[in-house]
Amino acid sequence: MEYFLQQLINGLTLGAIYGLIALGYTMVYSILGMINFAHGTIYMLGAFISLIAFLAATTIGGASVVVALLVALFSTMGFTALWGWTVERIAYRPLRAAPRLAPLISAIGVSIVLQNFTAQAQGARVKPLPPVIQGGFTLMEGDGFTVNLSWMQIIVMVMTLALMAGFTWMITKTSLGRAQRATEQDMKMAALLGIDVDRVISTTFVIGAALAGVAGLMVTLYYGVIDFYIGFLAGIKAFTAAVLGGIGSLPGAMLGGLLIGLIEAFWSGYFSIEYKDVATFGILIMVLVFRPTGLLGRPDVEKI
Amino acid sequence: MLRIEGLKSGYGRIQALHGVDIEVGQGEIVALVGANGAGKTTLLMTLCGNPRASEGRVLLAGEDITALPTHQIIRRGLAHSPEGRHIFPRMSVYENLQMGAAVSDPRHFDQDLERVLALFPRLKERLDQRGGTLSGGEQQMLAIGRALMSRPKLLLLDEPSLGLAPLVVRHIFEIIAAISRDQGVTIFLVEQNAFHALKLAHRGYVLVNGKVALSGSGTDLLANPEIRAHYLDGGAS
Ligand SMILES: Nc1ncnc2c1ncn2[C@@H]1O[C@H](COP(=O)(O)OP(=O)(O)OP(=O)(O)O)[C@@H](O)[C@H]1O
Ligand SMILES: [Mg+2]
Repeated sequence: MEYFLQQLINGLTLGAIYGLIALGYTMVYSILGMINFAHGTIYMLGAFISLIAFLAATTIGGASVVVALLVALFSTMGFTALWGWTVERIAYRPLRAAPRLAPLISAIGVSIVLQNFTAQAQGARVKPLPPVIQGGFTLMEGDGFTVNLSWMQIIVMVMTLALMAGFTWMITKTSLGRAQRATEQDMKMAALLGIDVDRVISTTFVIGAALAGVAGLMVTLYYGVIDFYIGFLAGIKAFTAAVLGGIGSLPGAMLGGLLIGLIEAFWSGYFSIEYKDVATFGILIMVLVFRPTGLLGRPDVEKI
Repeated sequence: MLRIEGLKSGYGRIQALHGVDIEVGQGEIVALVGANGAGKTTLLMTLCGNPRASEGRVLLAGEDITALPTHQIIRRGLAHSPEGRHIFPRMSVYENLQMGAAVSDPRHFDQDLERVLALFPRLKERLDQRGGTLSGGEQQMLAIGRALMSRPKLLLLDEPSLGLAPLVVRHIFEIIAAISRDQGVTIFLVEQNAFHALKLAHRGYVLVNGKVALSGSGTDLLANPEIRAHYLDGGAS
């Protein structure tokens, strides 16, 4: 029981991070009908920017931990948003009329560039960040096993919840969100109502990227180690989460993220930690074969 | 209000309009009739910048809008209720109407909403219903109502009677007349239903293979034997 509870906590934390990344996939997909293969590396960029910003703020700026975290948060969101905007501008917009494969290739291209640039600039080795936020609560004790809920886990979950709530509000209630949904449902008609469709698409990339950036920040703080390659695996897992939840569905992305996090935590807790990625990809394949629309997806998905 | 000069346009290598000249005066209702594939829809869409004109000019209230992007054209006072209605299927009726007001001053919204709902009381009962689940006639009402939410100077209507029962058709045309009469909106209307359209319009144009073949007052065109033979057989009931 204690062990189960601990895996549940770990899984939810991990799932929150995947969910944040998955939102970006699903947003771009619903508006362009394409998978943004540059999205995983945005998360990696977020992790590096937050590491650098945090270290710079504390060591050079002499800031307190809270201030340094805020600096890291805002610079991460700023830089990843800018990068998301750039990806749309150079990899997607010029190719909007091209065959569907072309933007996918150019997106992979820009992400390879970013990945290698990071490896060059920051070194290919693993970067550590000494634990910043320590401590937590002991929820339960028994049979020589304790269930812990760390501050860091609380921060990850609370922040994710807040971001997702704010994001949901934005999509359902604001005029920006409405323009976004309209563009997604009927791009031509949205333009006929005076919506600047290009700007809406840009904004979609920017918001998705900033969310992935926050996920990068949280993973840096949570695990304390990052390298230039983390975007690849996390990207595929978040993509799996988006597909599992139903690609194009925002609640689906959040739900899929949580489920993937839980599956990964329980799999490594009860079976083998080596095969946890295999479990995730097994799910991806099963969903694609048996229920391509995912859990909350609409059945009328015709674009890939 | 609207002046179209030597307009050519098409899709890739296919040219659909071969030099069209049309004028729509302030406060007028002008009808454009023509057979399937004549280029009526293409003309209205070219006015909105999609597809782009390859030659010619479009002037809206004296301003050349030919090269502007679609959303800029709309912001200059044009509204389009396109062929096929294009209701946002997964948005409520209310949200569809909000989208219609996307370019207008939010302070006008309540007033404009009231005005549109007075025109289409059917929509009032269905504000929370999803656009995609409305009947064809209701969708047409919503498409016109949505276009009116932006307080347009010029309203484009592409086949507002398409696929509707005769009674509903008559109702829609009455409403179009009311929009013109009570709200002073200039209307440029495309119709298969030439009889109703020409009866309603002050003036009309006949488009044949991407060119204006005939024009004149609505009554003159209705009386024209050639028109009667081509566009009104069976429809003149
Ligand atoms: N997206 C498109 N791509 C290529 N050709 C098109 C496209 N849309 C229309 N056309 C062609 O352009 C010509 C004019 O079409 P348009 O839709 O303007 O006719 P229309 O007068 O509106 O006809 P209808 O009364 O049937 O609606 C037709 O020959 C049509 O096949
Ligand atoms: Mg047409």
